[in-house]
Amino acid sequence: MTELPRLPATGGCRNTPILKQRGQREVFCGLTGIIWLHRKMQDAFFLVVGSRTCAHLLQSAAGVMIFAEPRFGTAILEETDLAGLADAQDELDKVVDELLARRPDIKQLFLVGSCPSEVIKLDLAKAAERMTQRHAPSVRVLNFSGSGIETTFTQGEDACLASMVPVLPKTDDRQLLLVGALPDVVEEQAIGLLEAMGIGPIKVLPAPRAGEDLGIGENTVYALTQPFLGDTHDALTRRGARHLPAPFPFGEEGTTQWLAAIATEFGVAPDLFEQVTAAPRARARKAIAQAAEALNGKTIFFFPDSQLEIPLARFLTRECGMDAIEVGAPFIHKGLVGPDLDLLTEGPTISEGQDVDLQLDRAKAAKPDLTVCGLGLANPLEAEGLATKWAIELVFTPVHFYEQAGDLAGLFSRPIRRADLLKLNPVSSDGKYDGGVGAGPHAGQQ
Amino acid sequence: MKLTVWTYEGPPHVGAMRVATGMRDLHYVLHAPQGDTYADLLFTMIERRDHRPPVTYTTFQARDLGADTANLFKTAAQEAYDRFKPQAIIVGASCTAELIQDDPGGMAETMGLPVPTIPLELPSYQRKENFGADETFFQIVKTLAKPMERTKQISANLIGPTALGFRHRDDIQEVTTLLSDMGISVNVVAPMTSSPQDIAQMGAAHFNVLMYPETAESAARWMERELDQPYTKTVPIGVGATRDFIAEVAAISGNEAYLDTSRLRLPWYSKSVDSTYLTGKRVFLFGDGTHVLAAARIAQDEMGFEVVGLGCYNREMARPVRAKAKEMGLTATITDDYLEVERVIEQLQPEMILGTQMERHIGKRLGIPCAVISAPVHVQDFPARYSPQMGIEGANVIFDTWVHPLVMGLEEHLLHMFREDFEFHDAAGPSHHGGHAPKPEDTGGPAPQPAASPRGLSGEMKDGSVIWLADAENELKKIPFFVRGKARRNTETFAAERGVAEISVDTLYEAKAHYAR
Repeated sequence: MTELPRLPATGGCRNTPILKQRGQREVFCGLTGIIWLHRKMQDAFFLVVGSRTCAHLLQSAAGVMIFAEPRFGTAILEETDLAGLADAQDELDKVVDELLARRPDIKQLFLVGSCPSEVIKLDLAKAAERMTQRHAPSVRVLNFSGSGIETTFTQGEDACLASMVPVLPKTDDRQLLLVGALPDVVEEQAIGLLEAMGIGPIKVLPAPRAGEDLGIGENTVYALTQPFLGDTHDALTRRGARHLPAPFPFGEEGTTQWLAAIATEFGVAPDLFEQVTAAPRARARKAIAQAAEALNGKTIFFFPDSQLEIPLARFLTRECGMDAIEVGAPFIHKGLVGPDLDLLTEGPTISEGQDVDLQLDRAKAAKPDLTVCGLGLANPLEAEGLATKWAIELVFTPVHFYEQAGDLAGLFSRPIRRADLLKLNPVSSDGKYDGGVGAGPHAGQQ
Repeated sequence: MKLTVWTYEGPPHVGAMRVATGMRDLHYVLHAPQGDTYADLLFTMIERRDHRPPVTYTTFQARDLGADTANLFKTAAQEAYDRFKPQAIIVGASCTAELIQDDPGGMAETMGLPVPTIPLELPSYQRKENFGADETFFQIVKTLAKPMERTKQISANLIGPTALGFRHRDDIQEVTTLLSDMGISVNVVAPMTSSPQDIAQMGAAHFNVLMYPETAESAARWMERELDQPYTKTVPIGVGATRDFIAEVAAISGNEAYLDTSRLRLPWYSKSVDSTYLTGKRVFLFGDGTHVLAAARIAQDEMGFEVVGLGCYNREMARPVRAKAKEMGLTATITDDYLEVERVIEQLQPEMILGTQMERHIGKRLGIPCAVISAPVHVQDFPARYSPQMGIEGANVIFDTWVHPLVMGLEEHLLHMFREDFEFHDAAGPSHHGGHAPKPEDTGGPAPQPAASPRGLSGEMKDGSVIWLADAENELKKIPFFVRGKARRNTETFAAERGVAEISVDTLYEAKAHYAR
């Protein structure tokens, strides 16, 4: 197809022993995925069945609050609901009736399980089935769990997409399915490249609207655009569809390998592949090279967050010249990230799950040039002099495929460039950073 | 079960975190699943804290349920103690852990940790964030504070400021200055800035200044009873309230009342002729009870606004807020339902909203200027500059903050005179807000026209019994945006009261004459 990727001479990380520690994890729960899923699926509503904490999380994670009424909400459990389960089902019916009466534009309703609803064993599958019958055919009701006792951050999207697969109609058509919620502009670029190679028909999951004629069957092959879609992968396989394993489409190399896996499946001629990809590949290389100047030779440390860590480490080490010290992921699914692990040169610690205090000790000892971590850790690490990149931006920003490869590198180079740019050191007269809320005579805990 | 889109308050354990994070050398061991760690970002991102909140979450998972979540808690508590060596530990459960009934408080007690261990009972399915903060601070004080000899100089504790509080950082400084000018020293500021050892010294103060009843009233009452310390009832936000506060402090302490007004600018700014245009501006107030009560007084007595509605989201303050509303001839809106607040604002059509970050969104949608007076607030409401709400400088800050969203006095007149100018037109918004034009109003205003897009949950429309004739509708559009809502509402009320079904240009001007002031 195209030139084979340079495999690391010393071997990849696929068989590197994985460090697993058990302690406090500093991660979001799967509910967070609703923040981007509800924008992607324009006729869907996400109703979390949970507590005030769930509602507060969604509001806080949304960061910038959305001015319009969002297509998500929380049915907050109250004392009376906890007393008896029959009541909770009736109450849920009432909330959903009210919601659907006021939002006739809703065609798909997701009942989203939370920690409290899981613990009291509120049967949302039963509720979804009952409601689907009641509101058919105008609304389809599905359920999935975004609970923090079962899912971590991006696993919420996985659970959501996996819940949609069993109800897809069967089709024997030969087709390509792209799986993962991508920003529209990115999705259109990917489809554009594949169509230019003569590949089709191409379908996407999730579709922007419920009514789109998406079926699934044994002649469906699918490519994952995100590394965290393990359950969706299993669900698709159960429906007879076949996975096209590949490195994930981050950076020029990842995108090329990902496209190549599909092109090979569809028998695209090498010169056609070259013709379609040559220009965007060159652009991507150029854009990456610019951003990579600040990254070359710098070290990076990943705290676990989105499961994008392994593919991103592959991109940053191979295309931007960085050295990975530790690559932490909340969960490592070798069936999905195996091709990326193969390309990642042996050396970094690969860790799964976390004990955040021990991991912070390691990060502080290693003094990486850049630390990728969640929002709760970023400012505290910056205050200790470590440049950070908040991981959540990686799932809120278009970063896939050729045209965004430079932007992706830019997300990492910006904190380093900024650290070089600011002439603020030492911040206070005694040389110690004393900004933030601690500044002044009435500091809180600093 | 209650459907919620946005919330004004978080769960009660977030209130406990606000107390713990404001303090020093205290650690919070929270029995909670991993997702609850999101709460750290409230402090590290919104407030830009440079340290992690002192909270250890047990982060139990589904597979731990039915196995041994209790042991997980004990391990977490022991490791937290070993690593952070706090002077005291508070322990509790978040909403999910409350359901599995592990009794963190009881377990912690049996562990024999060498520091005070304070159990918290915060019912997640009944109460909210402010209760959580108030109860946590109360439990800490009750456990650690003891009667003791008073300081020689008259001194006070400042109680109520917490992490993530609206301008708490700067209010502390302002109140400290007010007291210092009267020869009163500050003994302990708590929870913010204090350690458990400091809390143990609270009994040395002669009285307490209750800065924020939302977070410290229970502790204030307990200390009044057990430590014989009276507490102040006036919250010094606004000029009048600050003067009353000084008088109250004088009465409690026996020191002579003194207020240095050399830096006070609000009264003159409000009197100066440019402020004439503020007269009778119709404002709607919403937030926590304390800030709304203070704002109501300032709006009416110190700015010359007309308060057309007010309310609070914390039910604990419903009684005083209702009483204040009644005194002003209004009905208070006591609700934590954001959509209901939006409906009330839509109906009242105020010229300005004084609210929380949530009302800022409502204001943006309806094209009504808004200034923030209360939590919940976002990152931009933690300014780098000194920006208190209390005391002398607080009054100055409030004047500026409330006037800033409005169109300036002379500009108002120019907009009236040259309403068709292609550059200088009302839809461009106040000229000092580049890029923040209010919502364009092609349809002539947010209500009672149906919204352009189906807004679902809040889409309750007024019944359209009064019809605007085309000429009147056009005439209405010539009225600048910042008074258009009022003109529309007044005209409709005027028409409805007279049983007029169709509004003509004449009706519009008859209404204008009727409401002239």
